[in-house]
Amino acid sequence: MPPLVELAGITKRFPGCLANDNVSLTIAPRQIHALLGENGAGKSTLVKIISGVLHQDAGQIIWCGTEVTIRDPAHARSLGIGMVFQHFSLFEALTVAENIALGLGTARERVGLRDRIIAVSLSYGLPVDPDRVVHDLSVGERQRIEIVRCLLRNPKLLIMDEPTSVLTPQEAKTLFATLRRLASEGCSILYISHKLDEVRALCDVATIMRQGRVVAHCVPREKTTRELASLMIGRDFLPPASRQASVTGAPRLVVDHLSLAATNPFGTALREVSFSVAGGEILGIAGIAGNGQGELMDALSGEILAPAADTIQLDAIPVGKTGPHGRRRLGGCFVPEERNGHGAVAGMSLAENFFLSGQLRGVLARFGLIRRARTTDFADRVISRFDVRTSGTMAEAKSLSGGNLQKFLVGREMLLDPAVLVVSQPTWGVDASAARAIHQAILALAATGAAIVVISQDLDEIILLADRIAVIAAGRLSDPVPVAEATREQIGLLMGGVASHA
Amino acid sequence: MTALLVSVIASATPLLLAALGALLVEKVAVLNLGVEGMMLVGAIAGFAVAHETGNLPLALAAAIGAGMVMALLFAVLTLTLRANQTATGLALTIFGRGFSALVGAGYVGIAAPTLPRIAIPGLSDLPFVGPILFGHDPLVYVALAMVGAVAWFLYRTHAGLILRAIGDQHDAAHVLGYKVIRIRYLTVLFGGAMAGLAGAYMSLSYTPLWTQDMIAGRGWVALALVTFAAWRPFWLMIGAWLFGGIMYLSLYMQALGVPVPTALLSALPYLGTILVLVLISRDRRRIRLHRPAMLGRPFSAGG
Amino acid sequence: MLSLSPRGTASGFWRYAAPVLALALTALTTGALFAAMGRPALLTVTTFLITPLLATGGLEALLVKAAPLVMMGVGLSIAYRANVWNIGAEGQYIFGALAAGGLALALPAAPGWVIVPLLIAAGLVGGAGYALIVAWLRTRFNANEILTSLMLAYVAQYLLVYLVTGPWRDPEGFGFPQTALFSDAAGGPRLIEGSNLHLGLIFAPLIALAAWVMLGRSVLGFQFRVMGQAPRAARFAGFDENRLIWLAMAISGGLAGLAGMFEVTGNQGQLTINLGPGYGFTAIIVGFLGRLHPLGVIPAGLLLALTYLGGDAAQMNLGLSSAITGIFQGILLFCLLGSDVLISHRLQWKRRP
Repeated sequence: MPPLVELAGITKRFPGCLANDNVSLTIAPRQIHALLGENGAGKSTLVKIISGVLHQDAGQIIWCGTEVTIRDPAHARSLGIGMVFQHFSLFEALTVAENIALGLGTARERVGLRDRIIAVSLSYGLPVDPDRVVHDLSVGERQRIEIVRCLLRNPKLLIMDEPTSVLTPQEAKTLFATLRRLASEGCSILYISHKLDEVRALCDVATIMRQGRVVAHCVPREKTTRELASLMIGRDFLPPASRQASVTGAPRLVVDHLSLAATNPFGTALREVSFSVAGGEILGIAGIAGNGQGELMDALSGEILAPAADTIQLDAIPVGKTGPHGRRRLGGCFVPEERNGHGAVAGMSLAENFFLSGQLRGVLARFGLIRRARTTDFADRVISRFDVRTSGTMAEAKSLSGGNLQKFLVGREMLLDPAVLVVSQPTWGVDASAARAIHQAILALAATGAAIVVISQDLDEIILLADRIAVIAAGRLSDPVPVAEATREQIGLLMGGVASHA
Repeated sequence: MTALLVSVIASATPLLLAALGALLVEKVAVLNLGVEGMMLVGAIAGFAVAHETGNLPLALAAAIGAGMVMALLFAVLTLTLRANQTATGLALTIFGRGFSALVGAGYVGIAAPTLPRIAIPGLSDLPFVGPILFGHDPLVYVALAMVGAVAWFLYRTHAGLILRAIGDQHDAAHVLGYKVIRIRYLTVLFGGAMAGLAGAYMSLSYTPLWTQDMIAGRGWVALALVTFAAWRPFWLMIGAWLFGGIMYLSLYMQALGVPVPTALLSALPYLGTILVLVLISRDRRRIRLHRPAMLGRPFSAGG
Repeated sequence: MLSLSPRGTASGFWRYAAPVLALALTALTTGALFAAMGRPALLTVTTFLITPLLATGGLEALLVKAAPLVMMGVGLSIAYRANVWNIGAEGQYIFGALAAGGLALALPAAPGWVIVPLLIAAGLVGGAGYALIVAWLRTRFNANEILTSLMLAYVAQYLLVYLVTGPWRDPEGFGFPQTALFSDAAGGPRLIEGSNLHLGLIFAPLIALAAWVMLGRSVLGFQFRVMGQAPRAARFAGFDENRLIWLAMAISGGLAGLAGMFEVTGNQGQLTINLGPGYGFTAIIVGFLGRLHPLGVIPAGLLLALTYLGGDAAQMNLGLSSAITGIFQGILLFCLLGSDVLISHRLQWKRRP
């Protein structure tokens, strides 16, 4: 059987980085083909080229035996290429049916759309309601809309970009069943992931990428997880050492029945959130994106104030009605999920970005003026201690790669000697070596007696770091349980919103 | 009473025309603060052509064209060269004031043909409803028809859906293959055309004369109306009538000799705008819910 | 075809070269515009930009016009850096002038060392107070400051008309819409005896210098800049957004009021219905042309002051309407905004793929 699509020597260069270097791969009909690689390996760039969002600088795409130049996404779709993005391309303010209509090219394709949406969603087990407005929907539901949108055009190739990163383990299982069925009906699937177990369970063949290059083609079922990992990371894969719990007793951060209305119409309300973290302890908060993590982070950092002072206590001092400044004075340090524009100002230098949150604890101002030498000195120390790759303290935050900026931001808070550190998505979009450095720093900080909260969608990360785990779903937090006693099954159910009373 | 309603409809018309254009432009998430400048240039273009040729359709076409040329300037700067929209809109207004004053210097205090009233024998003579419903000039009906047309376009057509989608999430629209920049260009041009027409209404029907700076902030009031209406066309109509009412009131009280100085009465519409903005904006949730999510944000394809 | 591609980092060269390029493009465009209108292009442009400087007293007139523009441009730069879009500086300018004018009329016999400091305070308070209405509407009711500040500028203009045609009109002024002349003491000392150079000419550069230190070195300036560039980061840092909005409005309004005060007491000597050629709106251009940098505002203010003189010269020598000042200013801002793309982007010839 001739291949469905063949990529030969695809090269794409961005200012300052070679995102794809001579990449070749071949996808057969009915094949589930994995594209495996770390963050920053060049997977997303390659996929954007196939789907017409970007154009390659060199190389050919051969589709069904003929060479094609994919002009734009509409052209890709008309060839039969459907794509489900990692960050969904949906319109919040529009209904499901309107969103799907926008993805269909011609008026003829839109005839009887509502009925066809319902038909497709029933036959593939992808329930969606055409009349709901998207901003009311969960992440899992949104993904289903995207898949239905693709399926309505009978694609020959369906591209899935990190689809399970937003799903509970149970939802992922359902998705796999759908994908297998699609493949058996004749639709090839290009499945992008960095999760090894998934790829071994689902995919027929795998192309492994590292630093923009293809490093291997293989059949994932014939490899061990460990072999795949070392191919992907490029050196021997070291399973992390299990850590000794170093809990030192008294709770340093206490949250007591914290309820908070959503501040915007697309937000999530927090409901009766309670937990406490002792010195030396790491609490992991798992959950699917958009279940109240952002609101919880804002409430803990003081960007949004709690209704009563004693709902949040730092070292037994009520701070619920104290802003970020006052909480930092007491030793609260925070690393928000969004780096540019939230944790850092993209257009400011690293020194100025150190001042942003370090002013108080670093004593960086006198008589209303910034102590520039002292600020620069602090920023310099972060750079050298956390191995931040940059041209120096005067470099603008936006000139750093995601991983290096994250190291700087985590390092900034660490250097401020926190009593309590709350960090959200510490390694989101960060390359493997930076992720490891950040994990080690978090563990080291806990060993000094700080209380740490790690909010993450990456369950593996939480299992690696945390002593106890709790799950946030629809603004409610489950009772924390020791990581050693938790099963993935149980955590998955909690992520899906099934209540627990441990 | 009849005179009041006729007058309110007349003073609401330029606001409604300009605001309908601005509404659609904001729906694709472009913030063009140059409405005032485009109206001024439309007003002088319409007046000058009407005076020189006596041909009113040609004069209206000239006003529309002039508004579109101004809008094109804005589009090139903000959409192609990615200049700051707020600053560019202000530049458009400053330029429009200067340009219209220069061109209009020779037209101050002279007459031009004015837009005819459409009198329908019989109907226009009906007591009360006659003068209110019939006997206006054509642009009054155009403005009302455009309310329905814009609403129908936005909510009933696929093209309108694309427009709303771009305003909600331009990156997603781009990924789906819609030409974000091209569609924004067209919409901004439509906004310019409507502002030009609104200007022509001022100089050919409402005043009807050319005086320097004759738009007197109506372009800005039109922008405020879009917020007031929460980006919904029918509410725009209600808002425009409300403002027409306030403007009429300030003139009417001056004519009645109410013992308040004329200058202070003239400030009434501006104070009214502030009051309405305050009443509407205090509900932050409602504004967030209706406001096009990408409003004012630049878009660049690729990369 | 010509295409734009993003630079990795902003070009330092173009940050300062863009205004120069913009000025050159503006001269070309206006020249072309006049040629199209059947006027001698080169003569018009030189009449506009060079003749005023060669005239006797030209430099003095330039400085007197630049002083209010620089003061207001500095204030607006601070506000715009903080993402507070005060475009109603004209209204705050009028209020500063009204507060000072009212005081000068009320105290005709006060000696200079009493009245001058009082007038300065009145100008600052008048302008800042009027601007704080905008801050209040924004922080309390979330009302867009662009629209409210502009509407209040119209209101201020009408209030001015009311006062000088009504209660404050000079009873001996033959019915002209103007107040009585202020006392000589209220005009403040002259920098050069017999000239029109008032105290504001010293204040303007000092204010620019102080604002430069404030924006670059102080915690407050840092807070303004963070709020302007990344409001979420400002919240993360714990800066009080409402307080910063109040301060930005107070500073920009206060400086506009100060400009209005110097203009009526130091230059005009009385209140009339026309307090200036729209300095409040021109100051917006001054701010942008000066890169929203307090020191950059000084040359920008001088250049735009020149456009007023140029408008007068074009009217006298060529019989053109002085409205060409507005056109020139508008085109200058267009060209500047267009040239700015070169700071962040590279212009290249590319063949279509």
